[in-house]
Amino acid sequence: MNLTSVEIREVSKNYADVLALNSISFQVERGELFGLIGPDGAGKTSLFRILTTLLLPDEGRAAVEGFDVDGDFREIRKIIGYMPGRFSLYQDLTVEENLSFYATVFGTTVEENYDLIKDIYIQIEPFKKRRAGKLSGGMKQKLALSCALIHKPRVLILDEPTTGVDAVSRKEFWEMLIRLKGSDLTILVSTPYMDEAELCDRVALLQDGKLLSVNTPSKIRDNYQQQLWALRAENMYRLKNDLAGYENTRSVFLFGRDLHITLKGGNTPEELHVWLEEMGHQQIHIEAIQPGVEDCFMELMSKEEQNQA
Amino acid sequence: MNQDKKVIEVRDMVKKFGDFTANDHLTFDVSEGEIFGFLGANGAGKTTALRILCGLSLPTSGEIRVAGYNIYTDREKIKKSIGYMSQKFSLYEDLKVYENIRFYAGIYGLGRKYIKERTEQLLERLRLQDVRNKLITELPLGWRQKLAFSVAIFHQPRIVFLDEPTGGVDPVTRRQFWDLIYQASHDGITVFVTTHYMDEAEYCDRVSIMDAGKIEAIDSPGGLKSTYNAKNMDEVFLSIAR
Repeated sequence: MNLTSVEIREVSKNYADVLALNSISFQVERGELFGLIGPDGAGKTSLFRILTTLLLPDEGRAAVEGFDVDGDFREIRKIIGYMPGRFSLYQDLTVEENLSFYATVFGTTVEENYDLIKDIYIQIEPFKKRRAGKLSGGMKQKLALSCALIHKPRVLILDEPTTGVDAVSRKEFWEMLIRLKGSDLTILVSTPYMDEAELCDRVALLQDGKLLSVNTPSKIRDNYQQQLWALRAENMYRLKNDLAGYENTRSVFLFGRDLHITLKGGNTPEELHVWLEEMGHQQIHIEAIQPGVEDCFMELMSKEEQNQA
Repeated sequence: MNQDKKVIEVRDMVKKFGDFTANDHLTFDVSEGEIFGFLGANGAGKTTALRILCGLSLPTSGEIRVAGYNIYTDREKIKKSIGYMSQKFSLYEDLKVYENIRFYAGIYGLGRKYIKERTEQLLERLRLQDVRNKLITELPLGWRQKLAFSVAIFHQPRIVFLDEPTGGVDPVTRRQFWDLIYQASHDGITVFVTTHYMDEAEYCDRVSIMDAGKIEAIDSPGGLKSTYNAKNMDEVFLSIAR
């Protein structure tokens, strides 16, 4: 049974002359791990601030578990857990004081919902007498997540929990989220890291206040209509520059050790290979590949720019 | 890249804060024009090392030369020979685009006429002529980061230090930023860069990975991948830092 947990309908928000959210609509089902993927300035935080009743939309409606963000804000505040982008626990309270403070504010106790946070909290428990301000980045993150969960929220909202975090801690954080999933808890998480999209049930791709796409990561990849090629040669710098000026190049981007390239209609990789040899490139390697979410995001960005032009 | 010419030479660099050893006998060289990726987990000691190499802090011990200058005696000369940019701080938000360029160039003591000419060239190259009179806050983040990088190398330093320059930037702009890095390296500027994006580690000539104050690995991305039997730099990083 699919029940709607979060509903956003034609939501717009302006800051002076900046359109931060441009008629955004999507729904999140109960129990979903839903990702809001986009760079800084895409509108992720504005949308989360609307859902957490800290900001009102200029237009449109939004509801969390059936409660309207405008009229029913008191109910929403009781049933959501929110981890803002900036560390916002009490720095001069200890780890355990922070946790029991948050439990008390929501009229519950640490003991009552300990099961929910046990896996996460156990990792910082050895430091429970330490002030939150003295914790390392990874530990702060675990404490913030524990505090956001301690009142057993129905919807968990995490604003860029992995920004500025190293690859190891990032992986650990996602493992925690995936373990949390599965109960009735709905999780909304925002991130600028495109690779994290693959770990979500569904994602919304957001750029400059506009929704580029809402779908499962695999459907987003399926909707990529170009044949994508991974390409490398001995001198990658020259390869990139040459391809930027090649008449049959449709798009070319660096991707780790490769270039990802799409060709204009009717052009074959064999022709490309010949041309690259003529240009004096050595150890040319061309391979057909499936796009990742990041390829799709860039493709959708360029379509959006063409629509505007 | 000119491998015979070392612009950063570090021998047994140690930095202690009380009992805590933030940098534990670091030894490495960086060549002229090299793109050198400086990776490590949060708290591994990257920022401490970066501050020493920029002449902002003194090591507890070790022999270090940056741009040919001794870190203990010639720190002011080092500062003139390097550029620096980070995600957190790059440009003055309450100055206009052209004012930022003039301000930074002025700090490095460049002449008025020279600044004027180069500013025009720079604005044209970055296609920012139309926004020259806008405040930095009015520019999209990606434009700001590209401008910040260009400003950091405006005085043609020997080395530019980039501390997580592409955090939060959209994927297209992130790649355009790397085009600028390649260009700078091509022009002989050494690029010393930290990042949490592991695909960016692949763009470096060599990468070092720090863990708990030590350099655990240093090699080309290809070399690291074969040593750690990994298919990408993400796997290399995880096997070292986990």
